[in-house]
This record gives sequence, structure tokens and C-alpha cells, in this order.
Amino acid sequence: MAVSVETPARVRVPRASGPAPRVIRRRTHPMWFLFPAYAVLVVFFVLPTLFNFVYAFTDWSGFKSAINPVGFDNFTALVSDGTLFRSLRITLIYAVLVAVFQNAFGFGLAVLLERDTVVNRIARTFFLVPVLMSALAVGYIFQAMLKPTGWLADTTWTLLVVSLIHAWKWMGLSMLIYLAGLKTVPEDVMEAARIDGASRWRTFWTIRAPLLAPAVTFTVATALLGSMNGFDIVQATTGGGPARTTEILNIFIYRTFGQGLFAQATTMSLVLFLLVALLAFPVIYLLRKREEIL
Amino acid sequence: MSDHPLWRRLQPFVAVLLVVGLIGAPLWLVVVTAGKSQGEAVDPNFSLPSHWQLLDNLRQVWVDADVPAAFLGSMLIVVPTVVLVLILGSMAAWVLARRTSKLMAVLYAVGISGIILPPAVVTVVLLLRQLGLAGTAIGMICVYLGIYLSTVIFFVTGFVRTIPESLEEAAQIDGAGPMLVFRRIVLPLLRPVLATATILICLYVWNDVFYAFFVVGGRLDTLPLNLFRVASAGLYLNNWHLIFAYVILMSLPLIALFAVAQRKIIAGITGGAVK
Repeated sequence: MAVSVETPARVRVPRASGPAPRVIRRRTHPMWFLFPAYAVLVVFFVLPTLFNFVYAFTDWSGFKSAINPVGFDNFTALVSDGTLFRSLRITLIYAVLVAVFQNAFGFGLAVLLERDTVVNRIARTFFLVPVLMSALAVGYIFQAMLKPTGWLADTTWTLLVVSLIHAWKWMGLSMLIYLAGLKTVPEDVMEAARIDGASRWRTFWTIRAPLLAPAVTFTVATALLGSMNGFDIVQATTGGGPARTTEILNIFIYRTFGQGLFAQATTMSLVLFLLVALLAFPVIYLLRKREEIL
Repeated sequence: MSDHPLWRRLQPFVAVLLVVGLIGAPLWLVVVTAGKSQGEAVDPNFSLPSHWQLLDNLRQVWVDADVPAAFLGSMLIVVPTVVLVLILGSMAAWVLARRTSKLMAVLYAVGISGIILPPAVVTVVLLLRQLGLAGTAIGMICVYLGIYLSTVIFFVTGFVRTIPESLEEAAQIDGAGPMLVFRRIVLPLLRPVLATATILICLYVWNDVFYAFFVVGGRLDTLPLNLFRVASAGLYLNNWHLIFAYVILMSLPLIALFAVAQRKIIAGITGGAVK
């Protein structure tokens, strides 16, 4: 079977101007257009992040006005009572579970609802409703539904249940992205494969699935890294319990901040930042290569 | 996936079954519980209320939980955030897409890093205090701008690159400056991607409780903050009929927006990939 799968997902429009002279660009696309956006980004995003690297090493708290440097005391305290690695482990497990479930559900739904029929169009709309709802509301709904079952009070399995709820909320978005990905496969390629005698199963896995790679990259990355920054669903279903077994980093940050322990909260905020950054750099690289998909 | 005749027959039933089971059941629970009396709603279940009092519950939430104030607070934050994030974001994205150099690549990478990197929620409070913006709507808007500009820059830059530059050049030859070209030529062409971005940002900001808790918690009420407060304060503990009435009130504006712009939204989210 010789089927070309090199059909580009999108035809790039060639630049009309060719290698544009810098001088002209400076006039037609001036740098000051960047200024307002980057000023806001630097002051309200970059600066607080830099603050994290400072205040994590202080005794900043809600109980006194002076802020003194304390070196690595916050880290050693969080490591020695086991909180740091426990929260890290819970956050990572949660994120991986969410990424797996959300993509599995989204992919399954996309394949199931791919044909453009009335029933499918209506069904797709329904699966988008949870995406629109507030995560907090979703959490309360499932708390009401699952409380009698005891599924939210198990120290081993509750994390899994909560990650399923998170995946339930966002599966509609993954479905949309996968549906878009499935549509990028040109009909004539499929037909060529059929004429060559490829089975449906084989056509699917050797032609269509590989072309979904950009969609997979995008939704796996956003689900994985996004759920590390999760809060609402866990807070509304378990609040971090039972016995803190679902206490992801942001729940810890929320709790300690509320207690006035600002330095501890900042330290965990820095830990979360480093965790995501460490995992994100390879991912951003991939996203930039795949940015055509979304 | 399969064109097998049997599957073609069965598929609609499977689809309906999944919708009913996965989406219908939880939504049903919300509606019937919101229609019950307090006694009936203590243990939420799927049974119909013995007599519907949905409107009474909605009214009680509306008054007791001070929903109008929270609604105003939400609008006060969502509208300026969306307008500003779109304008600032697409201005930057246009230049980022059109100029190519090492510096631009670096700026772009910095610009979109916020899609993934988590914001520093604790220290941003300190910063806002130093700027005198703590607990204010302006402070909250600035924080959201810092968080969601990356999303807009990412989407719009990718989109601008697919628009041929000749349209801009025609105007430039006629003597139009960059501001005029941007406003009259570029912005109108960006409409599809801006529609998508609007929906996404509305969704994030309207439903956000985490960042709002840190920045304006206790000072300014938004709908999710208000729901969070009343639901966790014990005031509504086990008052599921009121919590779910609140959920309905809060979700309606977004569902309405979605119903109006549904085709645009789906086309917007998927369009970029199909083009």
C-alpha cells in the first residue's frame, strides 16, 4: 500500500513581499505596538514571578509587618514535615490522570461523533456544556452526587475520582480539537487508501491517527500543565481531603495563605512554578512547532 | 470510525445514550434539586420534587446571597478585561507575526509563556498592595490581563500569519499609517479569531474563583467568589437546593452567550485547524 500522507494540514500563504527590508518594517509595523501588552505582562506577570524567588526566602507573614530573609528555612521546613514531596506527588499524579482521561474521553467522543448528522451535532453541543460551566459548580454537583457513595472519602481512590471529574469537565474541549484534527485528513487520501484495499481499521490507524499528532500534542500539553494549576474542582469536591490525600499544590497555597502564612504559600507557589516550568520548556518548544493546529 | 452498516444504525443510539448518561444525569440533578424544598434537597437524588419551587429558590438566592451585587462585580471585571486583552493582545500579535528576527522570536516566546506557566498568586497580592491596587477592580483586571494576554497573543499571531500581507500593503501605498492599517484592515480580518478568544477569555474570567480569591476576596464580590463564600461558610451547608439554584443563575449568561454564538464558537475553535 503506497499512500502519501504528506498532504499539508494547511497551505501556507507565501509572503508577498519576500525578504522584507528591516527599515520598511520598522515603519509599517512599529515596535511600540508591542509596548502596552508587554508592559502589562512584565508588571503583572513577570514581576510577581520574580517576587516569588525573593519572598520564598523570607519570613513574610500576616502576623507581623517586618519581612526578614531566612534563607532556605521555608524549604527545609516543608521538606522535613513531608508536605513538599507529598503535595508534589499528588499534583503530578493528578495531572497525569487528568491528561490521560481527558484525552481518552475527548478522542473517543470525537471518533464517535465525527459524522455530520443532526444527532451528532446536538450531542457535541451537549458535551460542550460542562466546558462552559464554572469548575466550582461542577465540583458541587459531583459532591452532591457522589457523597452518598463514599467515593469522595477514600484515602486511596478519591484522587482518581476527582481527576475523572476534572476530565469530565474538559473532555468537550478535547473532543472539539480532535474533531478538527480528524477533519484535516483529506477525503481523497482516504479514498486512495480504500481503493488500494486498506481495511477501515488500518486506514484509521496508519493514515488518520498519525495526522492527529498535532492535536494530541496540544491537548495533552494543556491538560497536563493546566491541571497542575488546578484548584476549583478539588476544592469544591474534597477541599483537599480526606486526610489531605487530594491536597494539590494550589489547595495548599490557598489554605496557608488564608492562615496568614504568606511565606509558606509563596514557597509552594515557587515550587509549582518550577515544576511547571521544568516540564513546560520541552512542551512550549513543541507547541511552537505545532501552533498551526489551534 | 467505521462505516459498517450495523454501526451506522447503532451509532445514533450510542451517542444519545452517552449524552443522557454523562451530561443529562448531572444536569438533571441540578435542575430537580434546585426545584425542591430544603427538606427534600438534604440528600440530593434524581427524583422529581414533590412540588416545584424553582422560582422561589431562585428568588431566595437572588435576595439572600446578594446576587445583583456579585453580578455587577463580575461584569465590572469581565467586560474591561475582555476588551483590553483583545486590543493589547492583537496589537502585539500583529507586529510579532509580521516582523521576523531573533529578538521577535524571543519576545514571542516570552509573550506566550503565560499560557502554561502558573501566575504567582501570592506575591501578586503584595505587588498590588505596593501599587495601591489591592482589592480593587483595576488590580483584578490587570492581573487577568497579565495572565490571559499570552492566550490572545498565541491565537492571534498564528492567525495573522495566514493573512496575506498584500492587503496591508495596498493601504500603506495609499499612505495609511500603522495605526490606521491596524484599525481598518487588520482588526476586521481578525474577527473570527477574536470571536474565539472572546469566548475563551469570558469563560476563564467569568468562572474564575482562585485568582479572584487572592486579589479581591472579601473586598469585591464576583459570582463565583460569592458562590464559594456562601457554599463554604456553612450558611448554605447542605442547602443543596439553594447552591444549585445559584449554579443555574450563574451559568445562564454563558449558556445564553453560547446559544447565540454557538456556530461561531465551534467554527472558531476548530477553524484554525481546518483551514
